[in-house]
Amino acid sequence: MTGPGLQIDADLLLRLDGVSMQYGRGETAVTALAGVDLQVSRGELVAVMGASGSGKSTLLTVAGGLTPPTAGEVIVEGHWLSQLSARELAVLRRRSLGFVFQDFNLIPSLTALENVSLPLELDGWTSKKAHRPAMDALRVVELGDRAQHYPADLSGGQQQRVAIARAVVGGRSLILADEPTGALDSTTGELVLRMLRSRVDAGAGGILVTHDARHAAWADRIVFLRDGRIVDESRASAVSSLLGGLPR
Amino acid sequence: MSVRQSLLAILNQGPCYGYQLRAEFDRRTGSTWPLNVGQIYNTLDRLERDGLVQKATAEIDSEGGEAHNTVEITDAGRLEVAHWLDSPVVRTTATRDELAIKLAIAVTLPGVDIAHVIQVQRTATFRTLQELTRTKNATDDPESSEQLAWLLVVDSLIFAAEAEARWLDHCENRLARALAAGTAAPLPLSTDVPKRGRPAKARA
Repeated sequence: MTGPGLQIDADLLLRLDGVSMQYGRGETAVTALAGVDLQVSRGELVAVMGASGSGKSTLLTVAGGLTPPTAGEVIVEGHWLSQLSARELAVLRRRSLGFVFQDFNLIPSLTALENVSLPLELDGWTSKKAHRPAMDALRVVELGDRAQHYPADLSGGQQQRVAIARAVVGGRSLILADEPTGALDSTTGELVLRMLRSRVDAGAGGILVTHDARHAAWADRIVFLRDGRIVDESRASAVSSLLGGLPR
Repeated sequence: MSVRQSLLAILNQGPCYGYQLRAEFDRRTGSTWPLNVGQIYNTLDRLERDGLVQKATAEIDSEGGEAHNTVEITDAGRLEVAHWLDSPVVRTTATRDELAIKLAIAVTLPGVDIAHVIQVQRTATFRTLQELTRTKNATDDPESSEQLAWLLVVDSLIFAAEAEARWLDHCENRLARALAAGTAAPLPLSTDVPKRGRPAKARA
């Protein structure tokens, strides 16, 4: 749990230290991220908001080890990504990180159960052994009875819940969600967020990239990106004082 | 006015006295807009004056033996309730909005960093939105009509906060365009002053 001169808290799942990302060089260079510091702990959901081109999606790909930053450090569960070989990075991504995308990214020729099992099987588990935790993950998102269905037989909301199950299967603890409700209607989107929130409350951590204020409000913290920099942060502290008591 | 119509609609279910009406209004609106008893009795006086309610027989409290002055709805009152439920709520004048006034005035003043004003407000608006969402998430699907009514009120506040956040984004974009076009200059005091005004006090 140590790296170059830095001690990491065991509950700290992700830490970005002065992360910058630049595409291109010279006069045509585009700065997507400029010195971003961000931490996500266990049990914490952090929403990232900002206009198109503010760096939201780049932040997610850098945090997920899909692209190395041009400057700064990304630390996932105590591992300095810059210190890992390509193979070690692939293993870390499979074991620690779960991605949820707007368009679900399920494999159409596999059943819901097989889709959720896939990350474990890629990690060397047998199908038989992988099916048990995959089934558990599907039950958590209330799709235990849809395990043998193919993606085409599921609604958009159900497919996204399968994607959430796939993102957390096998105890993976950091969920990186890029506009996960973008293709869903308002009520279904809320159900998917409720699932995501409950996974985080159960001990995972997550980053939720969204342009929708109501969806960002499910997070514990909301950071606002502009031109690749975090310009502000909103942190929920309590239940609302605007309301009276909860009816019994 | 919705309080007047709401109390009348509650009375349409049976005679009530003042404190009872207050409790009924609270439990049907999530205690979000509490009424004081004085407000209730003033409203009942006006409803009686307009022939929409009338005094009923004093009711004896089953526990303390205390008598309550109850009122009951009239036929005209029942028609009024039906009309209220059947009609849209029409806003005839723009509601005085504290935030819209603040930004409108701020944009005309010299030396104000309006982008900062917007950002500070956006953070506060999002905090409200987060807290409302957190409050809502503490409940599962509604198990009673009281909870359903409460959730509708929470949703209304959540959508209002979301609209405010989107409006702030829009203000920011409009401001950027106005700054680029050079049309965001502060507004000096007008030399065309109104003729009428409060006269200065005579010097002693």
